[in-house]
Order: sequence, then C-alpha cells, then structure tokens
Amino acid sequence: MVAQDTSATEGPLLTVESLAVRFHAEGGDVDAVRGVSFTLNRGETLAVVGESGSGKSVTALSVMQLLPYPRASHPTGSIRLGQEELVGAPDVFMRSMRGRRISMIFQEPLSALNPLHNVEKQVAEVLIQHQGMTKVAARARVLELLDLVGIPDPESRLDDYPHQLSGGQRQRVMIAMALANEPDLLIADEPTTALDVTIQAQILELLKDLQRRLGMAILFITHDLGIVRRMADRVAVMTQGEIVEAGATAEVMDNPQHDYTKMLLAAEPKGRPERSGEVPPPLLRTENLKVWFPIRRGVFRRIVGHVKAVDGIDIDLAEGRTVGVVGESGSGKTTLGQAILRLIRSDGAISFDGERIDQRGFKAMRPLRRQMQVVFQDPYGSLSPRLSVGDIIEEGLLVHGLVGQEASRRDVIAAALEEVGLDGAMQDRYPHEFSGGQRQRIAIARAIALKPRFIVLDEPTSALDMSVQAQIVDLLRDLQDRYNLAYLFISHDLKVVRALSDEVVVMKDGKVVERGLAQRIFDSPQQDYTKALLAAAFEHRMIGDG
Amino acid sequence: MKISPLNRRRFQNFRRNRRGYVATILFFAIFMVTLFAELIANDKPLLLSHDGELYVPFLVAYPETRFGGDFETEADYRDPFLEELIAEKDGWMLWAPIRYSYDTINYDLPVPAPAPPSAENWLGTDDQGRDVMARVIYGYRLSVLFGLMLTVLSSIIGVAAGAVQGYYGGWLDLVAQRFIEIWESMPFFFIILIFSALFVPGFWTLLSILLIFSWTALVAVVRAEFLRARNFDYVQAARALGVSNGVIIFKHLLPNAMVATITFLPFVLTGGITALTGLDTLGLGLPPGSPSLGELLAQGKANLQAPWLGITAFLVLSLMLTMAMFMAEAVRDAFDPRKTFN
Repeated sequence: MVAQDTSATEGPLLTVESLAVRFHAEGGDVDAVRGVSFTLNRGETLAVVGESGSGKSVTALSVMQLLPYPRASHPTGSIRLGQEELVGAPDVFMRSMRGRRISMIFQEPLSALNPLHNVEKQVAEVLIQHQGMTKVAARARVLELLDLVGIPDPESRLDDYPHQLSGGQRQRVMIAMALANEPDLLIADEPTTALDVTIQAQILELLKDLQRRLGMAILFITHDLGIVRRMADRVAVMTQGEIVEAGATAEVMDNPQHDYTKMLLAAEPKGRPERSGEVPPPLLRTENLKVWFPIRRGVFRRIVGHVKAVDGIDIDLAEGRTVGVVGESGSGKTTLGQAILRLIRSDGAISFDGERIDQRGFKAMRPLRRQMQVVFQDPYGSLSPRLSVGDIIEEGLLVHGLVGQEASRRDVIAAALEEVGLDGAMQDRYPHEFSGGQRQRIAIARAIALKPRFIVLDEPTSALDMSVQAQIVDLLRDLQDRYNLAYLFISHDLKVVRALSDEVVVMKDGKVVERGLAQRIFDSPQQDYTKALLAAAFEHRMIGDG
Repeated sequence: MKISPLNRRRFQNFRRNRRGYVATILFFAIFMVTLFAELIANDKPLLLSHDGELYVPFLVAYPETRFGGDFETEADYRDPFLEELIAEKDGWMLWAPIRYSYDTINYDLPVPAPAPPSAENWLGTDDQGRDVMARVIYGYRLSVLFGLMLTVLSSIIGVAAGAVQGYYGGWLDLVAQRFIEIWESMPFFFIILIFSALFVPGFWTLLSILLIFSWTALVAVVRAEFLRARNFDYVQAARALGVSNGVIIFKHLLPNAMVATITFLPFVLTGGITALTGLDTLGLGLPPGSPSLGELLAQGKANLQAPWLGITAFLVLSLMLTMAMFMAEAVRDAFDPRKTFN
C-alpha cells in the first residue's frame, strides 16, 4: 500500500453523504444528483447501477471533483476519502489526489488516451508527475505495469500509439495508467461498455484479479446487471439522481424491494419466437455474397490486396422469419446488411422475392426500396435533427407516391406512429424532444410506414437502456406477427438475438463461423468461437440464476 | 412560420454577444440609410415647385428651358441664375440635407481644393473640389453592395462545388481538389493588374474577376461537412428509402453545411470589401470618378497637407470592417453549440 497513508484509521475508505449536484443551465437549474449517500470499504467493490440520465456518472465525477465547476455545484453533501474532505478542496490538493490515491478509467479508451503519445509516454506521465521518477526508472515501472495488466510482450508495445492497439489493449493501457501509483480507490465508469463481449469478460476478470492483488476499492459504474452480479460485493441502484435501493449484491438481485429495481431485473429481453405450421416461402436469398474493399498502393494505384469485409455469405430468409447475424465489431455484419440493401457494391447473387436484384442500378432499385427497409443502431444519428417527426416519416411515402391530400397525409403519419406505440399528435415535434427509446420507435415507424416485407435491423437495441431494449424487442416481435415481416437482425448482443431469431449466423472476419437454427446454436454450439461468445454473454446470468 | 427551438437558441446567443449584435444592427442600419443616398446627398432638389407645378428633379431630368432658361440641357439647380428664375414664379426647392452628390464639384471654394471641413462641406472636399461627406456616403453603399454581392455569388458557387465534391467523392473530388489547389495558388492581384491594363474595369467586371478567385474560399468547409455527413445514418436511411441524390443533398446535407457556411460568410464579405478598396487605392479598381473609399484613401496619401481626407477614409473603413468582424464573432457564437454565457 501507499506509504504516505495518513488515514489508515478504522472506518470506510470512501464516505459520500447526502451528495447533491446541480447544473446551471439556460432553462433553469438541473438537479442531476439528489441526496446520494454510500460508503465503500477497502478492497470492496460497490456497483452503482442505473440507466442513462440516472446521475451515476456525475456521482463518480464528483468524487474526482472533475465536474465542470462553477457551472456545476454541490448544494449539499460531503465526500470523504478516509478523513479528507474532497468537496470544495483546493485544486492543488485535488491534483495530488487524482491519479495517486483515486484513479479513474473511462468507457471509451480511444478518446481517453492521447492519440499523439505512445504507450510509454502515456503511462510514464503519471509516474513522473506524482512520484518524481526519472525517465529510466519510469520505463522499468511501465513495463512492470503493462505486464500486470496482461499485455503480451510489453517491451515491443512501448512505442505503439493508441490507434495501433485493439480496443481491449487500449483499455488495458488505461487500467495500467490508473494503477500506476497503486491507488486506494479505482473508479471504473462503464469500462467495458464499448468492448466486444469476449473482451469484456477478459477485462472484468483482469480488474477482479488486480483488486485481489492490490487490495484497492472499486467504485463500479454500469448499466449492465450481468456485470454487477459478476463483479460487485454491494450494489446501489440509482434512478433520477437518487439511490432507491442498496445492499449486498445477491440480496438485491434475488430479492429486490423497490419497484424500479424489480423493473430493471425484469427488463432483460426474454423468450424466443414461437412458430407453428410449415416453413413459409423464401423471400430473400444471397449466394456467396462478397464485399471486398480494394487496397491500392503506389503511383498507379494498383490493387495489391483486398479487405474482405464480407467474404462469401449465404443467407436464406423466409417470409415472416428472422435470421440473426451475430458477430463482434469488425466482423462485417453491418456491411452485410448494407450490401443486401444494395447501399454498397457487392459481388454474388442477391435475390428478393425470386428476382435477382444485385444487377440493378440505383434507379432500378427504387421501386423495391418500398419493400425492403432498414433501422439503424443509433437513434440519435439516424433521424435528421432538422426535420420534424412528420417530415421524417413522410419522406419515404413521398418518394413512392403514397401520400394523398394534406388531411390524409397527417392521418397516414399518425397511423404509423400509433403502430409503434407513439401518439399520432407527436408528428409536429422534433427528434431532440424524444428519448432514445422513443427515437428508435420513430425510426421503426419510418420503416414500416412503407409497409415493407423485409427489414434490416442493424443493432436496433444496442444504444438503448436495458428496460427500453426489452420494449423495443417486444415491439419488433409484435410487428412481425402482425405484418408477416422478415427481419435480418444484426447484433452483438446474444440475449436480444435469442429473443427474436429463428436462425442464427455467427460471423467472424467476414466469414461464417457457425450457422443453424437458433435453438440448436444456443443449446449446443459446435465451434469454440460460438461457445466463447455464449459463455461471455450468459455466464454471469447463470451464476445469478443458479 | 414557426422558429425551431434550435434557431431560437442561436438567435439568443447572437443577441447575447452585445458587441456583435450592436455592430450588426449598426452595419446594416448605415447600409440601409446609404441605400437612399440620393435622398441624403444630392446636387438636385428632391422636390421643386415652379409656376404651380411640382417637379422631382432628383428622379427626372428636366431641361433648363422648362424653368425659362436658355439651354436645352438639364438644369443646373445650383446655379444662382436658375434659383432666381424659380423664385420669380413663386417657386421653391426642397433640398437634401447635403447639397452635393458624389461627383458635384464645388466651384465656390474659398481656398484651393482640397478644402478643409466647413459648414458647407462637413468633411471638407477632395483635391478636385468634391464633397467628401457625399463621397463617403455613396462609397459606403458601393463597398457594402459590392461585398454583399460577392459574398452571395461566391457562396452559391462555392457551396455547390463543395457539395458536389463532398457528396460524390472519388475521382470527381480528386480532380476538383487539385484544380482548386492550382487555382488558389494563382496570384490574383497580378492577374487583375493585367486585366485592368487591357480594359477599364467597371463594377460588374471587377465583381466577376474577384468572384473567379473568391468562390474557392467556401469549398473546403462545405466539402468537409458533406464528406462527414454523407455517411450519417439518416442519410443512409434516406438512401434506403429510395430518396434521390438531389433531394438528399438539399434536404439532409445542405442544412448541415449551412452552419459552417454562415459562420464563414462575414469573412468573405470583409475580404471582398478589402480587395475592392485595395484595387481602388492602386487606381486599378472602379473607373475614375466613382465614389470609392479606396480612391479617397489614395487621395489622402497624395495630399498629406489635407489630413481630413486620409483620416476620414481610415475611420470609415476601419469602422466598417470592425463592425463586420464583430458581426462575424457574434455569428460564430450563435452557431457554437457549446457556447455558454455566464
């Protein structure tokens, strides 16, 4: 432990008492956190769980005193590390605490690391700053730290820049930076959210292991209940700036008292699609579909190779059924969706409703666009911020000449909105007035307003809170039953895929690793990669259920 | 029309930059006033009554014979002889506040031209005996009109070029970018020197020449916005809906690029005004006799014994350009999503 530890008396390491955070905004003050209290002992992990906007990240940043003061303020509350009061502590004092006794790791390691510094410089900076180490001494310590966080052959990695590292490696470097001075308290703000599931599992394992070895306390901020089960000794459930329930993890998970906790726990997408009768006629089929991006070099831009984003994929989708495409980032699953919609160039046959469509140009595709639609991952990016909801939904109708007079126009849009569970009167409002879940509903309304037969769903639930995810999954299932829609469901989230798919295709590096009926894939996966994916996604649930 | 909350916030931010807000109002207020320069500074009466009939000499050219004179040419209302003729018939004349137009020569100067400021010529006269105040008023109008037209035209061309390059990308973009790089590296001032050696440039020729070189200013920002935005999900979604390229450019992408464009516009404006003034100062700009601030500046330099010329030109130009810069700052604040005023 750190030598200059003056507060090694009894009592908790971190004490937060009736903390409040207020932001001064133009439209009046916003209370982001209201009267939050918790304690954290040495060597213990406390998870703060909540959905977006619950105030969990703001709470974490208050401990670091890194909020945008003076726009943010603490009307009440105290944060003590040992005996030292942190709220309102002078800046010099806080600087000596950050990185030395309290460290933090962030969600997105690519933006948290300086892109112009190599690994050695990133990590050594903390050592030179706080311990006054020489460059040579720091270098030895950096190697030791990189080894500690499990970066293979650290010596060869010292000169690498962040963009040369994979997502998981970047997060490991972040952790190495955070641990450089052996802090008493590590704040982890959604440290695995931006990572693929298999990498997530590795990082969580690493954090647990490091905690055992170094004896630090971890304040874990997350929205993922699976991670809470796996990591935390105690849990505090936050919503709308308040802690509504707190206690030992197992107790809260198995016997939730507050309605909100119950709702969160019940929110995980459940069930599987129910089918009956014979197999319906096929709607969409691809044969040996390829999307290769040429790599050009030299003066004459000769093609020296290809990035094989999608490399020979066969899809068979029957009317009213769902094929789930599973893969981690970079597996080519999104590119596959775009190729099928003919938004990017591809090789190989694509037939829709018995007709070859891969030879058609943009204009020739237009009549077919009505029947094949798409819903994207990010509901904030997929709606034009400058158009009203009515205009957004109307756009496709206009292209295909489906709008009549002014009066019926509003009715058609209202009907589409009501279809997805929104109020038809909302069509005059703008996208920014809606929550993430509502926006995703609008995006779905835009797609189904055309009465399509086939929709590509490109990670439609990934950017949403857990409780909203389940609602969107229910909505999609409901729409499928009602209109006999065929879905190509692209996701990295196996829980959601299981809830919707009849058939599953597991992709890696543009190729199919394993495919088959959903039931079979989930119950008895054959390939190691599939097994690893399933283990990472469902392991903690099984611990919790068991 | 309903103002979207975003635009309301922008307008509020714009107004919160007090300096820029006041400068903008002042800049355009002065411009609006000078648009009616003929009513403020004119060597012809605004209204004239003669023999029970009303005349509007500043709009219509009446021959001197109409008022009982000898010549068929247009009446010179500043002539004492004509004044007498009109007074004889119970007539009267309503004059503009400044009884000089930009090209009126005051032949009754008590001292040789350039004459210092006096009750008759508020800012004195230039070395040809013309009223400086009148020339400044007309000159301001000309400069701003020139700047505004240059801004509007070069932004239309620049935005169109940037939009097409950014949206389609590929070879088209590559060729156009190289062309613009070569184009921008041409020394346009010297090209204008050559042009004005070949023929006397007027307002429109100067505008065209400067336009040929100023449209590239906006291409880079617009192109960058289009390159960024063309892969946005909502653009992809529009493509998946079957929306045509033209509609995507206008409806989905152009509004994005407008923020960068509008922020840039005041700089194009000041650039245009400065270029015109510079050419005029060198005597290569507008034809001789035009009310130009650059020409006044050149006169100030040539007549150091008459400091009111140089000082007036300097003050007017710096006031105009400073106001335009403050306006640019306020516009930038208005479109900055992170700008907060505490």
